Order: sequence, then C-alpha cells, then structure tokens
Amino acid sequence: MIRFEAVGKRYSGGGEALATLDFEIAAGEFVFLTGPSGAGKSTLLKLVALIERPSRGQVVVNGQNTRKVARRRIPQFRRGLGMVFQDHKLLADRSVFDNVALPLLIAGFAERDINRRVRAALDLVGLADKAPRLPLTLSTGEQQRVGIARAVVSKPPLLIADEPTGNLDPALSLEIMRLFERFNELGVTLLIATHDIDLVTRLGHRRVELVEGRLVGDTGRRHGSA
Amino acid sequence: MAAPERRGGELRRGGPGPLARVRGYFRLHAQNLLGSLGRLARQPLASLLTVAVIGIAMALPAGLDVLVTNARALSAGWASAVDFSVYLEPGQPLARAETLAAEARGHADVVAVEVISADEALAQLSQFTGMQAALEALSDNPLPHTLVVRPRPGLSAEAVGRLADGFETLEGIDLVQLDTAWVERFLAIVDIARRASGIILLLLGFAVVVIVGNTIRLDIENRRSEIEVMKLIGGSDGFIRRPFLYGGLWYGVIGGLLAVVFNASALLALAGPVQRLAGLYGTDFALQGPGLSGLGMLVGGGALLGWLGAWVATSRHLRDIEPT
Ligand SMILES: Nc1ncnc2c1ncn2[C@@H]1O[C@H](COP(=O)(O)OP(=O)(O)O)[C@@H](O)[C@H]1O
Ligand SMILES: [Mg+2]
Repeated sequence: MIRFEAVGKRYSGGGEALATLDFEIAAGEFVFLTGPSGAGKSTLLKLVALIERPSRGQVVVNGQNTRKVARRRIPQFRRGLGMVFQDHKLLADRSVFDNVALPLLIAGFAERDINRRVRAALDLVGLADKAPRLPLTLSTGEQQRVGIARAVVSKPPLLIADEPTGNLDPALSLEIMRLFERFNELGVTLLIATHDIDLVTRLGHRRVELVEGRLVGDTGRRHGSA
Repeated sequence: MAAPERRGGELRRGGPGPLARVRGYFRLHAQNLLGSLGRLARQPLASLLTVAVIGIAMALPAGLDVLVTNARALSAGWASAVDFSVYLEPGQPLARAETLAAEARGHADVVAVEVISADEALAQLSQFTGMQAALEALSDNPLPHTLVVRPRPGLSAEAVGRLADGFETLEGIDLVQLDTAWVERFLAIVDIARRASGIILLLLGFAVVVIVGNTIRLDIENRRSEIEVMKLIGGSDGFIRRPFLYGGLWYGVIGGLLAVVFNASALLALAGPVQRLAGLYGTDFALQGPGLSGLGMLVGGGALLGWLGAWVATSRHLRDIEPT
C-alpha cells in the first residue's frame, strides 16, 4: 500500500528531514510511526499525502508513484486516502454533518448517498446525535471523532493520522485507537504517527521508529493485525 | 457502514455513478449559488458597500448613455424639420411673394410654404409688449414680405442647405435665413458625449472588475484555512473556486440591479422638469428610459464583470494557498 524507496527529504532553508528511507507497508496493516519530536514523522506522512514531494527516491502509494502525479491530479490522488490531524482541521462555520459530508460533496455523490454515508460514518464514531451541532460546541475528543468520520466517509483504503491523540487524555486516546482498530478490521490500512509510546506498546501493532530522519527500528508485520 | 466493505477479498471503493455525478454537479452549482449569496448576507455592511460602489460605477455610463440617446432622439428631427425664412427685397410686391411661393410648393423637397406679408409681420411684431410704441414711431413698415418654407421631413442637413441656397439665387430675394448651425453644433456635442460615455463605460467596467477582484481577494485571504482544508481532503481547484466565482457573480448582479434603481430614480426626478421644459417649447418630448434591454444589459453586464473579477482573483490567489 505504501512503499518508500531510498527516500530523502530536505526542506529548502532547513536541514535534512529524512535520509534514505526504505520500507514498505502492505495493504491491511496497522502501523505506528514513532520517534521523538523533530524525527521526521510529519514529513513522512506529508510525502504520502503529497503535501510535500521527496527530494530523492520514490514514494509509491496505492500503486501510484507520487512523482508521476501532476499538481493538477493531486486532489484526485488525495481522495484515495483519509487523513486525520492533531488539530482536527474542521470547518468551524459548518455543522458536524456538513463537515463529514464534504469529501462526498467534493467527489460528486448524490444527496441520498451523502445522507446515508454521513449517518453511517457518524454512527461508527458514536456521534449520530451530534450531526446538527457546530464543531466548536463539541469536546476535543468528539471533534477528533468528527475528523475521523470525515476521513473514512468516502471509504478510502488507506488512513493516515498525524498525532491524532496528541490533545487527548489517555482514556480518550485509547478510545480513538480502538476506533482505528475497528477500521483496520474492516480492511483499512493505517499509518499513525504518535509519540505516545505507552499506548503503542500496549496495542502491540507494527512499529516503525524514526530518529533524526533515519529508520532506527521496525518491529515488522504483525500477522494478527490485519 | 462507513469503512470499506470487503468483497471477494478486495476493497470496494464506492464512487458515484455517472448519472449521480451529473446530478451532483448541478446540485453543487445550485448550492454554491445560494451559499455565496448567504455568505454575502452574513456580512451585510461590507457587501452593501461593495455593491453600492459597483452600482454607482455602472449607473454612471448607463445614465450618460440614456442622456445621449435622449439628446439624439430630441435632435433627430431638428436638422431636417427646421423651417427656414426667405426674405424678399424691400419694395418687392406681395404678388411676387405669392408667385415664388407657388413655385416653391411644386418642389419635391418642400412640403409647405407660408407667405407672411409685411403687414402681417408687423402685426405679429406689435403683439410683443414694448414693441408697440417703437413701431408706431415708424412712418413706414420696414419689414419685407416673407416666405416660411418647410422642407420635407427626413431630408439631410446638407439637402436642406442646398434647398435654401437655391432660393437665395432667385430674382427678388434678399436673404435666406437657415439657422441649422446650432443644430450641427448640438449634434457634435452629443457625439462627443456618446464617445465619452463609451470610454467611461470601458474605464468603469474595468473598475468593477478591480473592485470585485479585490473583494474576492480579501475573501480568499479570510478563508485561507478553510481553503487549505478543502485542498487536504481532495477538493479540486474548480470545486474550491466555484463559491468565489458565484460570489463575484452576485456582487455584479446586485450591483447592476442597484445601478438600475439609481438610474430609474434619476429619470423619475428629471421627468417632470423635462416635461415642463418641453411644454415651454410646445413639443411633447418625454424622457426615454433605458428600456428592458438596457436593464438586462446592466444586470447581465454586472454579472459578467463580477464573474470576471472573481475569475482573475481566484486565478491569482487560490494557487498560492497550499496546505503545509
Ligand atoms: N516546512 C519546513 N521547512 C523547513 N524545515 C522543516 C519544515 N517542516 C519540518 N522541518 C524540519 O524537518 C525536521 C522533521 O520535522 P517533522 O517532520 O515535523 O518531525 P516530527 O513530526 O517527527 O516532529 C525537523 O527538523 C523540522 O524542523
Ligand atoms: Mg509532527
């Protein structure tokens, strides 16, 4: 699902964020990306989402070499993956329902399908009764679940998340991770950047560790996780 | 279920069918159209200011055009329908005047000839207050016999001029008085005004594009984070751009409607005085409005200029916003 081949990333005016990364994530895997702050976790995820492009090497996502995706095709490319952010990135002036519906609207779904899918996604994250609310009237944990509902509503095969539990207490963090595990059981590939080592150890999925832009550890595929 | 369903071991990505896509497209446009209007309504003061400036910018050339059209309508009949006076030499008998009149009536370009004898002229003149005493002081009638010639309507100014010249060469004619020079001057002024209104139209049309473009640019700046989110979740340039284009469209349309209101008010305010003036000249001239097509041009032109302004602004500024 994701393959990094000798990938390096140097920001203009910055140092080397990633140096010669090689690894692969198969379809259906659940992978944690760990490492100290500044290790390059966000950079790696940005390369997957084509928010940044690699300085060297190839990033292949969902069978597509990101080098060959023209700027014009990036929106189409991003519709093939769900993204969850630490700060949720919800639109404050739209209801929970409208936020979750946005990817479907963008993809041109019919209204009936949109209604059905948004309800189903909100059901899945336990927010069915919050549909008409504005995001800022919800708790942080609830806002994050709205973000997750938006990421999965168009049923992408791949979900990437950058510190999705960064602002949450341990109980809520575990709740969110359990939610991700349910998606994984349904066949979604997950790549989650986090520095919450306790939680990672406890859940026991594959762990890829970065330090200063280098791969320093990879527990390898866990066969129970897909 | 919101997560991908498994089918034969493969993930099925449920995309919309082609028909749903087309319907979705039109629904999206309708939503954008109304959504952009709603957005304008949520900042009533700022929107009102923008729209008022557009309205004024569009009302000016449109109003000038109405004036020019009216002036041309007013003067169209003047050049040819103007009567001219043919004065006989002093001492010529009235019979000579009658003969000349009869000849003139036979001319194809003449519709009527009136003979005013010297006595009649004197009688007319003495009706003016203050003239009476002066005229009584004269022992003789100093006035000549006169023919008032009315050329065929629709005759060009040059043809009228030639006709008048023809009279001047006849035996016993002292003077032909054809006062069309002022009509020509008036027409020249109207022509300048017409050209000026064209130039003003161009300049103010450009101004409307700039006004809308700037407003949309600020709008884009205010919604930067929203645009970033849209791009992150796969919103195409077209999708992100559309609400802004519709926003520009609304600015233009409402500005155009406002220009219509401005012009209608101005016409209404002028109609009374113009009618009184026309009454003084004994004509039934009435101000002509821009008509339905003129209103359509204002609203349609506003829509076009607004769309164009938004198009320029989005072309220049949406590209620069990328999620980081
Ligand atoms: N836009 C950028 N410009 C320059 N340097 C950057 C930029 N983004 C990240 N970096 C640098 O790249 C390195 C990796 O950052 P990041 O990927 O955010 O790490 P992490 O998410 O693991 O904390 C850091 O040294 C950071 O300062
Ligand atoms: Mg980070």
